[in-house]
Amino acid sequence: MALNRRAFLGTTVGLAASLSAPMVLGQGKPRVVVVGGGAGGATAARHIAKGSKGAIDVTLVEPTRTYYTCFFSNLYLGGFRTLESIAHTYGKLASDYGINVVHDWAVGIDRDAKTVSLAGGAKLPYDRLILSPGIDFVDGAVPGWDVTKQNRMPHAYKAGSQTELLKAQIEAMPEGGVYCMIAPPNPYRCPPGPYERVSMVAHVLKQRNPTAKILIADPKPKFSKMALFQEGWQNHYGGMIEWLGPDFGGDKVEVNADEMTVTIDGEVNKVDVCNVIPAMKAGRICELAGINDGNWAPVTGHTMQSRIDENIHVLGDACAQGDMPKSGFSANSQAKVAAMAIRAALTGTKQFPAKFSNTCWSLLGTDDGVKVGATYEATDEKIAKVDGFISQTGESADLRKATYEESLGWYAGITSDMFG
Amino acid sequence: MHAIFLRGILAAFVAFSGSAATGAAADELIGDAERGAKVFEKCKSCHAVGPDARHKVGPHLNGVFGRKAAGLGDFDYSRAMRRAGADGLVWTIEKLEAYLENPKVLVTGTNMRFRGLKDKQDRLDVMAYLRQFSDRPRDIPEAEPTAITEEVRLSDDILNIEGDPDYGEYLSSECMTCHQTDGDDEGIPSIVGWPTEDFVIAMHAYKQKVRPHPVMQMMAGRLGNEEIAALAAYFSALN
Ligand SMILES: Cc1cc2nc3c(=O)[nH]c(=O)nc-3n(C[C@H](O)[C@H](O)[C@H](O)COP(=O)(O)OP(=O)(O)OC[C@H]3O[C@@H](n4cnc5c(N)ncnc54)[C@H](O)[C@@H]3O)c2cc1C
Ligand code: HEC
Ligand code: HEC
Repeated sequence: MALNRRAFLGTTVGLAASLSAPMVLGQGKPRVVVVGGGAGGATAARHIAKGSKGAIDVTLVEPTRTYYTCFFSNLYLGGFRTLESIAHTYGKLASDYGINVVHDWAVGIDRDAKTVSLAGGAKLPYDRLILSPGIDFVDGAVPGWDVTKQNRMPHAYKAGSQTELLKAQIEAMPEGGVYCMIAPPNPYRCPPGPYERVSMVAHVLKQRNPTAKILIADPKPKFSKMALFQEGWQNHYGGMIEWLGPDFGGDKVEVNADEMTVTIDGEVNKVDVCNVIPAMKAGRICELAGINDGNWAPVTGHTMQSRIDENIHVLGDACAQGDMPKSGFSANSQAKVAAMAIRAALTGTKQFPAKFSNTCWSLLGTDDGVKVGATYEATDEKIAKVDGFISQTGESADLRKATYEESLGWYAGITSDMFG
Repeated sequence: MHAIFLRGILAAFVAFSGSAATGAAADELIGDAERGAKVFEKCKSCHAVGPDARHKVGPHLNGVFGRKAAGLGDFDYSRAMRRAGADGLVWTIEKLEAYLENPKVLVTGTNMRFRGLKDKQDRLDVMAYLRQFSDRPRDIPEAEPTAITEEVRLSDDILNIEGDPDYGEYLSSECMTCHQTDGDDEGIPSIVGWPTEDFVIAMHAYKQKVRPHPVMQMMAGRLGNEEIAALAAYFSALN
């Protein structure tokens, strides 16, 4: 009772005091529509619903009924997790938090009318819209590859059936065969992701197919935790992994899915598995909404509002915000800032300064975990990094094991923060 | 465009919330990169930056942030600079600022014949300019910061909310990415239902780096006393 009253008063104060409030009196509860039920969207929906205790009407639009987290999907490839253990459903968001979960695609956004249209034909009105659609791939980024080739040459950069397929292909490699990864250019989701994947693939091959080879063609001269990965690869997998940066033509790549060949700097390589991770851009709905600048949707870090339309907040991989890497941790962190800002805007709760953090763990081999983390704050220009740390080369086995165990705790924590 | 829109948003903050975060001293970007480009005119006779930069009298300054001093194999550094690098001098914001203020103070035998930049703003601005030619934290998360940390200081309005459950709840949302509300402690310890005093002591031990652990040192490092108190109150009430 007391809570309801407070929420009600908060709403009136917010309305009366603000000139620019977009709310319309007499229309009932303010409405928030969230597109995308991943790390950003699910967290934001849950925090808004939980915090506002029914004062805000929250609808979550997500086409899939089961969300497979990309985080820990590499551990599934390595045999450290089952597929079921990275699968999550939306039941609790509906039953425990009163979120209206709609399993459909958002296909259009009318920014003037403030409505989202769905593939099924429905139109959802909103007072604030959150877009957290993750990534799509840039057409033509890797010559010879497009999404129609993804069954021959999987990306496995959206988790689920793609990850299963890649795992099956790795397990079916002939003795002494070649797994090739085409690594993506910056910026892309999860900076250490491709290199953690290579570690996990090597872990599987070392057991099943120890004479197999791993080849990485990389357009970047340098990648996150590079020294840690290289040390780990040397320690665990000897000479199995060959990394070709741009100095060795890693940026001049062409693939042929029919022949299963990869041409690197003019030299043709026959491969058995080809894991193409193309250049990325914001999920297509951002483009359709007309809020992109180039490949990504720029936002202000104070509230995660689009710089082009203040009624839209963009979270996670899809937004251009500054210094935060595109990670599940970042998306989750940004979602909480957006949830706070949206509640303040719609129901007059308090607005606090935005704080963000991120930590990315990577598994190099059994019980050998490393991490990199940082804290960030919003300036008017961007989200700026203020402090951070990284695991060191040569750390003790005990510390590496503790780091891995921490990542298990984090996985349990973030998924319950997303799905309740 | 952006600036106007931003101001609109800030105005909205004030309107929407009784005790808005108007007085919060947000961390500042290192400096103004555009001004820094002008300050760099003073370095240009000896240093180049950018895609085609080569060594001149001094080494090129691409990728200098986060690099060990005397870290480029193909430049002939002074012995003093090489020794400093071997001793562990890395070009962080703080170390660069000290070097640019007075090169001889940080590396006594350096052969950079430059008196230094006496004006702090000049140093910050030239660093902001140079920062653009080093790794971006977005791509390489461990890259050096782009902003300077300040002790979080909040306006009186906010200070008065000590123990405010709303503030404690907001701050705690950041902790729940790792620590679980239900007190599960797989891999990461539970922090719910602690006596507030133990909680405050543990957080200050991390903040002062008495207690080791890089994640928690970083998380606690940017919390003020009131914030730690608000968190302690919030978590002790959870069960
Ligand atoms: C191999 C790999 C390993 C990773 N490891 C880590 C890790 O260890 N730690 C970490 O923090 N991060 C990790 N990440 C990164 C992390 O998965 C992403 O950064 C994170 O999921 C981004 O969250 P998001 O909300 O932006 O997008 P997502 O989580 O991808 O969610 C987007 C959702 O939107 C839905 N959607 C898209 N378009 C529409 C539409 N038009 N209508 C309705 N719904 C739509 C999609 O179905 C999807 O469910 C990893 C990524 C990969 C690929
Ligand atoms: C008169 C020439 C000269 C000028 C002017 C000069 N430098 Fe230098 N700088 C050098 C030389 C020479 C070195 C190598 C020092 C050594 O080996 O001891 C150097 C070294 C450095 C280094 C360390 C590089 C490394 O790889 O470890 C930095 C950073 C630097 N200078 C920045 C600046 C900036 C910024 C300015 C302008 C504000 C500037 N310098 C002005 C000559 C100059
Ligand atoms: C990135 C993951 C992560 C985040 C985010 C995080 N913590 Fe922690 N926390 C840990 C880990 C790991 C430990 C164990 C550290 C150790 O061994 O000392 C820990 C330990 C603690 C402890 C000591 C527990 C004990 O049993 O002694 C407290 C108190 C604590 N955290 C509070 C917080 C608060 C408050 C926040 C939010 C402001 C927070 N943590 C955010 C990972 C995290």
